[in-house]
Amino acid sequence: MKARWVIMRLTLLEASRRRILQAAVVLGILFLGLFSLGFYFMRGTVETAASSAPAAADIGVKEFYNFLLMAGLYAISFLSIAMGAILAADTLAGEVSSGTIQALVAKPIRRADIVLGKWLGFAVLLGAYLVFMAGGVMLSVWLQTGYAAPNILPGLVLMYADCLLIMTVTLACSSSLSTLATGGVVFGMYGIAFLGGWVEQLGTMAGNVTAVNIGILSSLAVPSEALWRRAAFEMTSPLVQRIGFSPFSAASPPSDLMVIYAGLYFLAAMALAIRQFNRRDL
Amino acid sequence: MPSELAIQTQHLRKEFGRTVAVQGLTLEVPRGEVFGFLGPNGAGKTTSIKMLLSLVAPTSGEAWLLGRPISDRGVRREVGFLPEHFRFHDWLTAEEFLALHGRLFGMGEGELQRKIPELLDLVGLIPFRRAQLRTFSKGMLQRVGLAQALVHGPELVILDEPTSGLDPVGRRLVRDIIQDLRRRGTTVFLNSHFLSEIEITCDRVAFIKRGEVVQTSNLDELMEAETVVQIRGRGLSEEVVAGLRQWGQDVARSDGEVRMRIADPDAVVEMTRFLVSQGVEVLALTPIHPTLEDVFVRIVGSEAEL
Repeated sequence: MKARWVIMRLTLLEASRRRILQAAVVLGILFLGLFSLGFYFMRGTVETAASSAPAAADIGVKEFYNFLLMAGLYAISFLSIAMGAILAADTLAGEVSSGTIQALVAKPIRRADIVLGKWLGFAVLLGAYLVFMAGGVMLSVWLQTGYAAPNILPGLVLMYADCLLIMTVTLACSSSLSTLATGGVVFGMYGIAFLGGWVEQLGTMAGNVTAVNIGILSSLAVPSEALWRRAAFEMTSPLVQRIGFSPFSAASPPSDLMVIYAGLYFLAAMALAIRQFNRRDL
Repeated sequence: MPSELAIQTQHLRKEFGRTVAVQGLTLEVPRGEVFGFLGPNGAGKTTSIKMLLSLVAPTSGEAWLLGRPISDRGVRREVGFLPEHFRFHDWLTAEEFLALHGRLFGMGEGELQRKIPELLDLVGLIPFRRAQLRTFSKGMLQRVGLAQALVHGPELVILDEPTSGLDPVGRRLVRDIIQDLRRRGTTVFLNSHFLSEIEITCDRVAFIKRGEVVQTSNLDELMEAETVVQIRGRGLSEEVVAGLRQWGQDVARSDGEVRMRIADPDAVVEMTRFLVSQGVEVLALTPIHPTLEDVFVRIVGSEAEL
């Protein structure tokens, strides 16, 4: 069996044996329960109000469903990014500092296969987590109302790309820094992207070009928030897009170019992770 | 490169920033021998081993394992390694742990099925094969770590402090395994602080100091060369003592007693004849066999000298 598949299986087994998987599932179920309950009561209020003005009501109610769904997906986007960062932060740094890595690297395998195997394992875990969580809130909304957001597939793929990006950047840091330093750097970067995204949104609304440019620059530095905003834009209903602004969607959707840039950024992070780990004395 | 050598290094050097960890290691380990790697703490033994296994990149110099350059990662298929202070994925069971390492050596599933019980039996862990490693004692971990180094039937086994943390029973088990490996023609490269163990198990030893080999010797020859003779008698004059120097060196004289290191243990016969001919009344002439510890201290000095 190829070394990277052996390492991937090991990574999946680790997530299960160390109860990471179980914790994510239990908390995920709690999250989905809470979302469904909240959605149920909010829906009741809105539908009652809408029944008194049936003319415009049908469109308005759907916008409201979309708004609540995007709120849920926004939380899930954050959770899955955090999950990717937490999984990847300790994986190389921790095994280097404990010495577990030594017996692995002394095998007749490429170091790159250790990095790639771990990456594949995390990618499987994050994919499953995202499908479970995002699929869960979408299913809950659909079962209660029959409403489905537009462009679900591209939206989910973009959300997945977002958490893979952060996970890969974390892996790159973890290949040369300690666990704590990795965590600090990655959350700092996420903070820059997050704040930059808001500056850009508010700048767009206020018509301030400088603010927009600052936002774009921060997206170039860390393109993760841009991926979320593009995902949100795809899944937001056309009317809300035209209104332009909600806390969980995008006033100025990132361009295709930005998505391509994020892809290149991802490849660079992957190359950096492998290169740093190859060079490291263990 | 001649492939009758299991390990060969030429001026292997490692610097960490300004610190020189290994000065320039030049070493030859013949195949089929149990080779002891001795030196004080901080002499660069573990760093040297890590360079051989490509865990640490040498700053300069060259090295070969089983006749192939260390940069050829395929050669590690024939090499087993037990790191110092070995740590594990301790959420694996003993069986899963050996299967993981076997697969990384490229072993097939059928081969694993056959070899894993064999190895667990060898290190006495059959009853614990389905227990997670986090429930293991230090000694049990060391034993399963040793099994990991042997799972693929390597030609060369590199053991860094394999008996640290083991009780006397565990140490004996490791010693027996090493002797078994020797019988099967496997080369064993052993870094250990337990000199008594090196003395029992090794064919040859290298003494390393400040990252350089100061001496490599066949252990039996080394110990013979290190024989000290204690002579007690009346009439041990200056001239007599000077005459004794032809058989050895490091002659020390105190009242009524002379101690000296002799090259050939059989020399005592001629020495006795010489002493009698010089009119010395010999009370005792005792060859004292040194321990490896005595030899170690003489060759590399104590840690304080580093």
